[in-house]
Parts: sequence; structure tokens; C-alpha cells
Amino acid sequence: MSITLTDVTKDYSDKVKIGAVTTEIESGGVTALVGPNGAGKSTILTMIGRLLDIDQGTIEVAGHDIVNTPSKSIAKILSVLRQENHFVTRLTVRQLVGFGRFPHSRGRLTIGDEKYISEAIDFLDLTELENRYLDQLSGGQRQRAYVAMVLAQNTDYVLLDEPLNNLDMQHAVQMMQQLRRAADELGRTIVIVLHDINFAAHYSDKILAMKHGQVVKHGTPAEIMQDHVLSEIFNTDVNVIEGPNGPLAVYY
Amino acid sequence: MTTTLRQDVSQTSRDILVEDPRTRRHRRLWTPAFLVAILITLALVVASLLVGQFDVFGGEDWENFWMFGITRVPRTVALILAGAAMAMCGVIMQLLTQNRFVEPSTMGTTEWAGLGLILVMWLFPYATLFERMMGAVVMSFIGTMVFFLFLRRVSLKSSLIVPIIGIMLGAVVSSFSTYLALVTDRLQTLSIWFQGSFTGVIQGRYELLWIVLIVTVLVFITADQFTVAGLGKDMATNVGLNYALVLFMGTAMVAVATGVTATVVGVLPFLGLVVPNIVSLFRGDDLRTNLPWVVLVGICTVTICDLIGRLIIAPFEIPVGMVLGLVGGAVFLGLLLRQRKKGGLVT
Amino acid sequence: MMFKTAERDFPDSPPPEPRSPGASAAGPAQADRRSGPITDRRHMRRYILIMTALGLLAVGVTFGIMTWDNPGETGTRPWWLIVAMRRDSLITIAVVAVCHAVATVAFQTAVNNRILTPGIMGFGSLYTAIQTTAVFLLGVGSATALVGVGPFLMQMAAMVVLATILYTWLLSGRFSNIHIMLLVGVVIGGVLGSLSNFMQRMLTPSEFDVLQARLFGNISNARADYLPYAIPIVLVVVALLWLRANTLNVIALGRTTAQNLGVAYRRELIIIMALVSVLVATATALVGPMMFLGFLAAILAYQFSDTYSHRMLFPMAVLFGYTILAGSYFMLRHIWDAGGAVTIIVELIGGLVFLIVLMRKGRL
Repeated sequence: MSITLTDVTKDYSDKVKIGAVTTEIESGGVTALVGPNGAGKSTILTMIGRLLDIDQGTIEVAGHDIVNTPSKSIAKILSVLRQENHFVTRLTVRQLVGFGRFPHSRGRLTIGDEKYISEAIDFLDLTELENRYLDQLSGGQRQRAYVAMVLAQNTDYVLLDEPLNNLDMQHAVQMMQQLRRAADELGRTIVIVLHDINFAAHYSDKILAMKHGQVVKHGTPAEIMQDHVLSEIFNTDVNVIEGPNGPLAVYY
Repeated sequence: MTTTLRQDVSQTSRDILVEDPRTRRHRRLWTPAFLVAILITLALVVASLLVGQFDVFGGEDWENFWMFGITRVPRTVALILAGAAMAMCGVIMQLLTQNRFVEPSTMGTTEWAGLGLILVMWLFPYATLFERMMGAVVMSFIGTMVFFLFLRRVSLKSSLIVPIIGIMLGAVVSSFSTYLALVTDRLQTLSIWFQGSFTGVIQGRYELLWIVLIVTVLVFITADQFTVAGLGKDMATNVGLNYALVLFMGTAMVAVATGVTATVVGVLPFLGLVVPNIVSLFRGDDLRTNLPWVVLVGICTVTICDLIGRLIIAPFEIPVGMVLGLVGGAVFLGLLLRQRKKGGLVT
Repeated sequence: MMFKTAERDFPDSPPPEPRSPGASAAGPAQADRRSGPITDRRHMRRYILIMTALGLLAVGVTFGIMTWDNPGETGTRPWWLIVAMRRDSLITIAVVAVCHAVATVAFQTAVNNRILTPGIMGFGSLYTAIQTTAVFLLGVGSATALVGVGPFLMQMAAMVVLATILYTWLLSGRFSNIHIMLLVGVVIGGVLGSLSNFMQRMLTPSEFDVLQARLFGNISNARADYLPYAIPIVLVVVALLWLRANTLNVIALGRTTAQNLGVAYRRELIIIMALVSVLVATATALVGPMMFLGFLAAILAYQFSDTYSHRMLFPMAVLFGYTILAGSYFMLRHIWDAGGAVTIIVELIGGLVFLIVLMRKGRL
């Protein structure tokens, strides 16, 4: 049970090409995708989430080929959240989270569905806010509501594309702690694109480093958090020092 | 502002700021290609002078030549002036809005001009052509300002939404015109006007178009400022440009050109959109040296469309607006799909 | 505030206090925690109240149109004759209202934009082009033979096929994009309009008369002969959209969220577009092209229902559409005696509202 990518490529143009990527993301825990801008992290993530067509190669999630398996069935084992979510409908937090049950209920919510919804809302500390409208929330709260929606979807695999974007320090830490808990307490496999290597090192079990559309390093934070490895990945001199809560990359 | 739009903007500004070797090579205006283009334009102009039901050289005396002077020459002059002006309106608007799909007919300006005409006819039934034109110019100006106001107020997910909204805005305005026309019993005038045509352009009815020549010259003089304004308000202000003034100037020029053309000829759809896009397709984005090309291609396009309209069901005529709607629309579609294929429009 | 925009920036409100494990009992009890399109009892009451008020208004207007200034004595045969004559206009109004209201709500959901209306997509021009081509190619004789169940169904089928091909093509491929689709639709509409005009110029006067008579009706002079085919078609299409209502709710969340939730986004979009094209074409055939009636009905429905559920949006939009159109008809026809101008007036009002909505700050 894992996510396997075999020779996956995406051609944006003659010059910009992602892949071929062959790798395996194991079940359980948090896997962080890191790398410089344009390395192809989000491309790979959205292709696994079948939001972007694959040009060549195959991706299997828990043994299901994501191209040939009906999208409906995939939605029960894998959920994916992108950065920008704008829509015209006016929804309360609870209504949005309720949509996470769509793959299971097809829009007709049962008492069982309601329980999942409540749990997801409580899990992300949105209980008091559940009847507020999304447009009345701060950016961080809204982001949590979206994460609650994909958690309510109750899938083994949860993919998140830069969920810390636009979050301040407090909310970013809160979000990562909650995702960590989702992996530990709910047994979800979380794959996440992160910009900050220190966040990745502290909260993830595995780091998948990408550069120029290729996976250049795949290992535990301890393996990645080394001067020469990071310097090569990010094209910048990086020093790893021992901080109070584990290794820290210093690059300025 | 969303990230996509910001990318669009930076894309445009990079195109203009960075001179890639291709643009540099095109810097020279008097290339052989340009001379050929001038010759082609001249040939088309002569063809336009010669084509027609009335045999201008057949007569024994000067009478026929006089006929030539009061009908054929004004028509051709009108073609040249209107073609050049509307094509340049497109360039100015595309620079000011930083959007390739904007021109007087995709932002409602032509419909506002029509509203102005109807308003004047309704309020002052005995208005002269000049007074009607003033109505059209004033309303074009207001309409263009409304469009800019809208652009300022909303943040857009995609640059492609702009022309769609503009066309809907035009529909709103033309529903006003339709209502006024219905009340004043001028529906037929309106529907004839909406199909731009050079048929009625004879001596005494086209002289107003010379105003457009002044606008054309003005655009050539002030072109550089529009280029800078095209980088966006912040950038333009940063380099010391009075953005509001340039915006006002551009809007005024477009309003005058559109209003005059609308009064004399009618609607010439897609012209301002297709011509600048085609020119920058093979010359890159450099307004200064593109302008003469835009003028030439604009003249050629209108003249060809007018010739088609005159010849295809001779001795009857098809309004040039209709031909332009067909040809221009098809070219526009081609441009859209071409860019889609390249992925240049993915937002 | 009449029109709330969906996106508003609020100052960051403080996050709730972290709860201790024992505190969860203090939160709302599970039994009260329900999701679904209706938020609370007040919302429910408001929806029912508005629907009832609209329903009464609609019945009132209907009754008014039937009986106002009826020259016959109430209940006598001539009275009923007049009522029967006016009935056709009313049914036409109802069909047109259903078409525009449902089509606009579905279309705006599909394109995730509440400013655009299906009227811009050139479905009306497509209808005109098909009609014109038929007369152009077949001449007067064949044209008169083209009236009837078969041809009407054929035209609708042609519309569906053309729309499906177009949208399948535009929405597939690597760089598919809703906005390109929209713009291409708009331009194709314009080109088809010019093409129709062009062909109409080439028609003989008698052919042109035949075409003109068949192209557009108006409410006062309703194309009652179309109604027997139009009604079943509209009912079927609306039923199909009604069955898809839950999927539409998800599509309204945008492409990525919908795809994440397992909706076959492209396929659904193509289906919606094809269904919308039928509705708009039917309405166009009955009373000519209208752009802002659906806009007006839809925006009022969003505003007053305040829900994401299409099963609640559709009925309210339809009632709004009917009340507006029938109300304008009643006022113009029976009070100001200008029945032919109904659609123009409604478009004018809709256009004004469009301008107001457009000028409000927001994101498109």
C-alpha cells in the first residue's frame, strides 16, 4: 500500500519538462515535497491527485491506477487540496466540510456522515466557527476549514499543495501540528508540498527533494538535513546547525 | 490581484522591456517588407477606386470623372481613414488595459457611440451630422471610462474575462439604444447603423472623417507614453509618467476616433482587435515601430473587406461590417486557438 | 445591502481558544449539529416565506393577465375565449422563464461566475444560423415543410450535437480552459450572427419572409405552434438538470475541489453546456434572444435563498423569472398598452441590474 510513480512526465513546453519521475511514497506518516521554485513539486502532487493529466508514465495509489480507476472511487481513497480555492457559493464552515462526504453520500448526508463532519471540525478546532460563513473567517481559519473538508473525506491519502502559504507563524505551526496529529492519531498518509525546509524537517517523516523536474533525494529528515545535500538541492550555501528542537537549516 | 494576473502583467512588461534580438532586428522601419506592404496597400486603394457599378472612364466628357470625384474618391478616403483609426484604437486600448483582447467593440465603446447617436436624434431631431457626431464622441468617452472604472474595481481571475464582460456591457448599452429606438420609432436606423457600411459615403458625408487623421497623427506623437502606460499604473508612475493624464488622453482619442467612425460609417467589428494582434504576431511587441504597420494592415483589411462586400453579390452590396464580422471573427478565433495550443493562455 | 459579494475581507478574528478534552461537552450537542443547505430554522422560514410570497404574486399576475379588461362578461363564452387566447401568451412566458432561469443558474455554476449569462454564448445565433441555413439551402418550398414535430426535434438535436462537439473540443486537450471556451463561444456567436445576416442578404424576398416569420416570435404574438414540442423538451431537460443537482452543488466549488470529490468535471461540464444550449435555443425560438432575464432571476434567487442547493435555487429562480416577465407583460400590455416591448423592457431592467452588480467591487 503506497503511492508509486513510474516514469511520470509532464511536458509544459519544449524547454520546461517535469520528469521522468520514478519513486514510491510509503503509506503512513507525513512526506514533504521540497525543492526550489519550478522544481515540479506541485506538478507531481497535482498529478498524483489526478487534477493534472499525466503525459507519460503511470501513477498508482494503493494499487489503483489513477487514470483508469473511476474518479469516484479514487475520491474515497485519496483527497487533494490546492492552494487557491475561490468559488462564488456562500457556504458555512460546516456546509463546506459536509461536501467532503460527497464521494460517500453523493450529496445525501446520513447520520454517519454528520458524525464524520463533526469529528473533522472538532479535530481542526473549528467547533465554535462551524456555523460562520467562510467569507467571515480569516485566511488561516478558512485554510483550516478546507483541510477539515479533506479530512472529512476520510481518505487514507491526503495531498496538500503548500497549505502554509499566506499563514502567519502562529497559524503555520498550528496547521502543521494538526496535520501531524492527523497522521499519528487518524493514521492518514499525508503528502505535502512545503517551501520551508525547516518545517519539513521538523514535522515530516520522509522528505522528497526535487530539482529541475527530477527527484534528487528521498530520505528521512536526518539524511536530507546536511550541508552538502541541501546546498546542492537549493543552489545556495546552507549550513545545518543543531537547534533546540532538532536540526535547522541556516542560509542567510 | 491574483497571481495569474500578476504573471500576465510581468509577462507583458518583460516583452516590452527586454529587447530580444528579434525585436531589435525589427527596429528598422524602412525594410523591404515595409515597402512591399506600402505597395500592396496602394494597389488595394487603386483597386477600390476602380471597382464599382459605374464606369468612371467610359464616358465621353468630364461628367463621369466628376462622378468619380464625388463618390469613388470619398469612399476610398473614408476606407483609409476609418481603417487606420480603428486599428490604432485597438492598439491604444490594448496598451492601456494590458489586455490583448480589448478593442472598441469588445468593451462596449461602439455601443455607447450608437447610444449617443440615438440620444441626439431623439433629443434634437434636426441635429446636423456634426452634432450627432458630438453625441457619439461624448458617449464613447463616458462608456470607455465606465469600462476602465469596472477594470479598476474588480480583480480578475483571467484576462479572457475582460472582453466577455465588455461584450455584455455592450449588450446592456444596446438594450438602452434599442429601447430608445423603439420609443422614437428608429429601430431601422439603428439596425442599419449596426452594420457598418461605406455605401452611403459620398462627398458631403465623409468630411468629418478627416478629424480622425488628426487623432492618428496625435497617436504617433504620443506613442511612447502609451508604451510606458502599458507597463501598468505603478510602473508608469514610478518612471514619472502622469498615468491619469495618459489614460484620459488615450480614452479621448479612442472616443473621438470611434465616435466619428461610428457616425460616418457605422460599426467595424474586430478590426482593432485582429490587426494589432496580427502585426505583433510577426513583429513582436514594439509599439513604436509597429504603429505604421498597424495603420497599413488596418487600411488593407478594411479595403479588402469592402471589396469583397462590393463584388460578391454585385450589383448589390454587402455591408463591410458584416464581412468584417465574419472574416475578423474567424481570424480572432484562429488567434485564440493558436494561443491555446501553445499554452500561452493557460491561466 | 442588496447584493452581497461572496468574497469579502474581514479583519482577522481571533482563533477560538484551544479546547481542553473535557470542554467538548460545552460545544453544541451532536444532535443539533446538522449540515445541509439550510443553516437553521430561521433560514428555512425565510425560504418558505419568500417562495409563498412569490407564488402568490405569480398567481396574482396570471389571474390579472387572464381577466383584466376582458371585454366579455365574466363566465360567458366570449370571456372564456379571450382567456384561452391569453393562455397561450402565459404558457409562453412560463416556458421562457423556466428556460432562462434554469439555464442561467446551471451555466453560472458551470463557469463558476455569477456575472456571465448563457445568452452571450451564441446559442441564439446558432439557432438562427440553423434556420437560415435550412431556408438558404432548401428554398421556400422545403422551408414551409420544415414546420412540425420532426423538424423541431431535428433542430434541437442538431443544436445538442453541435454544442456537444464544440464544448468537447474546447474542454479537452492539454490547455483546456473555461475562459477560452467562453470567449470562443462568444466569438463564434458573433461570426454565426454575421453568417446568418450574410445568407439572409442572398435570400429572395419571399424566402426572407418565410424565414423572418419562422425565426422569432414575441410574447404578444406567441409561437403557440411551437409549444407542444417545446414544453416536453424543456421538461425533460429540466428534469435532467434536477437529477444532477447534487453534482451541480459540487461543481459550484470550482474545478479542483470538484475533481477531488470525484466528479468527472469535464464530462459534467459538457453535459451541462449541452442541456443549457437546448433551453436557451427553445426560449430563443419562442420569443427571440434575451440576455438578462435569466441574470435577473438568478441573482435574485442567490440573494434571497442564500443557499448552495440547486434544488432550492432552481424553483426560486423560476418563480422570479416568471413573476418578472409576467408582471412586465401585465403592466405593459394592459396598463400601458405596449405588449410588443416586454422583452426589451425586461432586458433594460436586467441590464441595469447587471451594471450595478458589475460596478461593485469584487473578483471575477
